[in-house]
Amino acid sequence: MNKVQNNRAWLLILPMLLLVAFSAIIPLMTVVNYSVQDVFDAHTRFFTGTEWFEAILNDRSLQAALLRQFAFSFTILAIEVPLGIGIALLMPKRGWQASTVLILITLPLLIPWNVVGSIWQLFTRGDIGLMGVGIRELGYAYNITRNPTDAWATIILMDVWHWTPLIALLCYSGLRAIPDAYYQAARIDRASRWAVFRYIQLPKLTNVLVIGVLLRFMHSFMIYAEPFVLTGGGPGSSTTFLSQTLTTMAIGQRDLGPSAAFSLIYFLVILLVCWVFYTAIMNSQKDATPQGEA
Amino acid sequence: MEWMVWTVPTAIFFAVIAAMLLGMTAWELVSPTVERRGFLPIATTRGDRLFIGLLSAAYIHLVTVGFTELSIWFALGISLLWLLVLMRWG
Repeated sequence: MNKVQNNRAWLLILPMLLLVAFSAIIPLMTVVNYSVQDVFDAHTRFFTGTEWFEAILNDRSLQAALLRQFAFSFTILAIEVPLGIGIALLMPKRGWQASTVLILITLPLLIPWNVVGSIWQLFTRGDIGLMGVGIRELGYAYNITRNPTDAWATIILMDVWHWTPLIALLCYSGLRAIPDAYYQAARIDRASRWAVFRYIQLPKLTNVLVIGVLLRFMHSFMIYAEPFVLTGGGPGSSTTFLSQTLTTMAIGQRDLGPSAAFSLIYFLVILLVCWVFYTAIMNSQKDATPQGEA
Repeated sequence: MEWMVWTVPTAIFFAVIAAMLLGMTAWELVSPTVERRGFLPIATTRGDRLFIGLLSAAYIHLVTVGFTELSIWFALGISLLWLLVLMRWG
């Protein structure tokens, strides 16, 4: 019963650790150093302590951007995850139909962020865009440069169009990995379609869904290029998300101290939410199947 | 190292984090951790509790610095106390 753990295998990840140290840990340490100082150049810098953090945390526009960011990320998750599962369930299982549908579904994922922004920018234009003109013809004065609601709806639609395929693909591969014996057993028990989904498919999808939800959350929380190209953060600041605010501050105004403090807070928020997601999903799985394949 | 613009407080901060990781490794080698259930709603290992403690310490510091007039040393004290409670009973 006692599992013997040989921890020497950990030594094998040392090269990776060194690589991550150079690409992530050392830069992150530098950001921490910047966040407590006012750095003018290599020789002129002043220690400011917690001043930047205090300023950032009390900045009204940043608080608003953070709330918008959460609203955006949770909205797209609430749409993309059920929709992706639904699409995966409806996709053909074998034959040429399966390959065709797979390719069609994957297409949006292959398009770079800026291009997606440009496509939707043209698509939604009121004078020449197919969607923009179409909606106007139906009698609604659709305008993403004037009306914040229109801008929001369009950005969410754009993200759903771009990224639901990722969830669908992950779920599709998860569904294909379920052995046929489970379905046979369900047929013998005369389980309903819902019961099959609830007690066989959904539990078996947990692992891919964890990956899907985490990837989509992190991605959407750092979204930059698409809204930047589509709306430029407007009208006003109604679609200005965190990364755009950060870029304006760090590159536009070269406020390195405050933007370092901002980055760290941003990082802590992502870290907390991802940890909560991961723990919650992994634990719900543990409770659901107490007698696993141990 | 000049480009990393080190300061004494941040150097101490990272040295303590590094010491904690080394200490946890040594502790694990001497007596391996057992996953158990304390007052937290989930079963945790020693490393999980340290992670939770450090992450909540970061938030305690942010709240103290951003929204109260209290000194940062107060936040540090509360965080250390919380970390101890968490490691022992969490």
